[in-house]
Amino acid sequence: MTAPNGNDLATYRQSLLDGRSGVSDYEIRYVGKTYAGICDFDAKKHQSKKDVRRGTRAGSVGIYCANEAILNSGVDWENTDRSRIGVYIGVTEHGNVETENEVYELSQFNYDTKFWSHHHNPRTVANNPAGEIALNMKITGPHYTIGAACAAGNAGLIQGAQMLQLGECDLAITGGVSESIHTFGIFASFASQGALASQGEAEKASRPFDINRDGIVVAEGGCVFVLERLSDAKKRDAAILGELVGYAINTDATDFVLPNPERQAQCVSLALKKAGLAPEQIDIVSTHATGTDLGDAQECKALREVFAGTTTTHFNNTKSYIGHAMGAAGALELAGNLKAFQDGVCHPTINVDELDPECALPGLVINEPKEIGKTDYILNNSFGMLGINSVAVIKRFTG
Amino acid sequence: MTPGEIRTAVLDILEGIAQDDDLGQLDDSVAFREQLELDSMDFLDIVMELRKRYRVQIPEEDYPKLESMGSTVEYLTPLMADISA
Repeated sequence: MTAPNGNDLATYRQSLLDGRSGVSDYEIRYVGKTYAGICDFDAKKHQSKKDVRRGTRAGSVGIYCANEAILNSGVDWENTDRSRIGVYIGVTEHGNVETENEVYELSQFNYDTKFWSHHHNPRTVANNPAGEIALNMKITGPHYTIGAACAAGNAGLIQGAQMLQLGECDLAITGGVSESIHTFGIFASFASQGALASQGEAEKASRPFDINRDGIVVAEGGCVFVLERLSDAKKRDAAILGELVGYAINTDATDFVLPNPERQAQCVSLALKKAGLAPEQIDIVSTHATGTDLGDAQECKALREVFAGTTTTHFNNTKSYIGHAMGAAGALELAGNLKAFQDGVCHPTINVDELDPECALPGLVINEPKEIGKTDYILNNSFGMLGINSVAVIKRFTG
Repeated sequence: MTPGEIRTAVLDILEGIAQDDDLGQLDDSVAFREQLELDSMDFLDIVMELRKRYRVQIPEEDYPKLESMGSTVEYLTPLMADISA
């Protein structure tokens, strides 16, 4: 994984427990000064300089994460049948960065398309990040991206699980990536929508649930999980981080951008039903909240409905540290919580100076980590534009 | 540009493209492909960079003339004679 505040799970987790933000000042073409979550992983650890230059930032993020995930998984990579591996990577968008760069370059040549790069198509095809991973790691099974707006991190994980269940692969490289800080269009569009964070200092700019929140901080990043059928993982005595026991994806079908708490609540309930769990069995809900006025309040409304009356469920938010990592958000936010299965600590939502009463969920953990003891289930929310909702439920592996 | 200046210009382009290769040992009489990790996309990069930097338009049928540093400089010398270094 790579996040703006850590390039491995241990460092990232420590950043979350220490309240260390990864958001920095940032400047991008046309938009000017803003804030962003910027990653500083070593792309050349797993790629040649030429491949870094030829490929995309999303590809490099994915390649770094996938290689690190395999190294950490303990999978006997040299003796693994690469034709039985599937690569399923969630993306919010892909191709904006490369297209904007190419159009800008073309503008220096009076828009004469003779100067348009032959790299444009392979860089912008929608499967690019997953394809670069497969190419780099010599994986010959299926690869594609799952375009699911900001629900993509969970969607990648869910796709991987489904393909394992169908027997289409024996090992799934799943999760999500984001290169979105390199496209001015994302920033400009959020700004035009009145949804781009612009106040205060960088580290305080991403502030879900705070009454003075003023929008999204865009981030880059990636998080890849090695997913296997439980029987296979047990067979090789894998160190299992968690067990995916429930999930759901549904659609608001009500608006291009505005969320629908009723459908979000239905999605959470569907995932719980699939997991065979009651709401009170969930120890941590990792919220999606992005720091927008409406979005945060609507998610809280949905969660209040599902978790009404529960007293043991805790809620937190990871975007307050790293910003909104778009296609990687769901996967990174889940990863940040997984260690709670071992340490029994719920990391807090930071930057809540004054809690918005509309977001005052009972059990919301703010500003200080909370010892919650034995943690058995984590529920991870990830929602996106065009009304896509995704929820994953992870169980502590108990043998 | 003189042949020496053209060689320097091509070398500069190659440094951006063949970033993992040691260009200090480049043999001008040997094909690029035999001594560098270059593929067809890289050759298109060379063509594109010559176009962008020097407005030199190389027709596709002439691409084989870019086989080695020696043949490239020989081919480009008349095309780039009027360009200032």
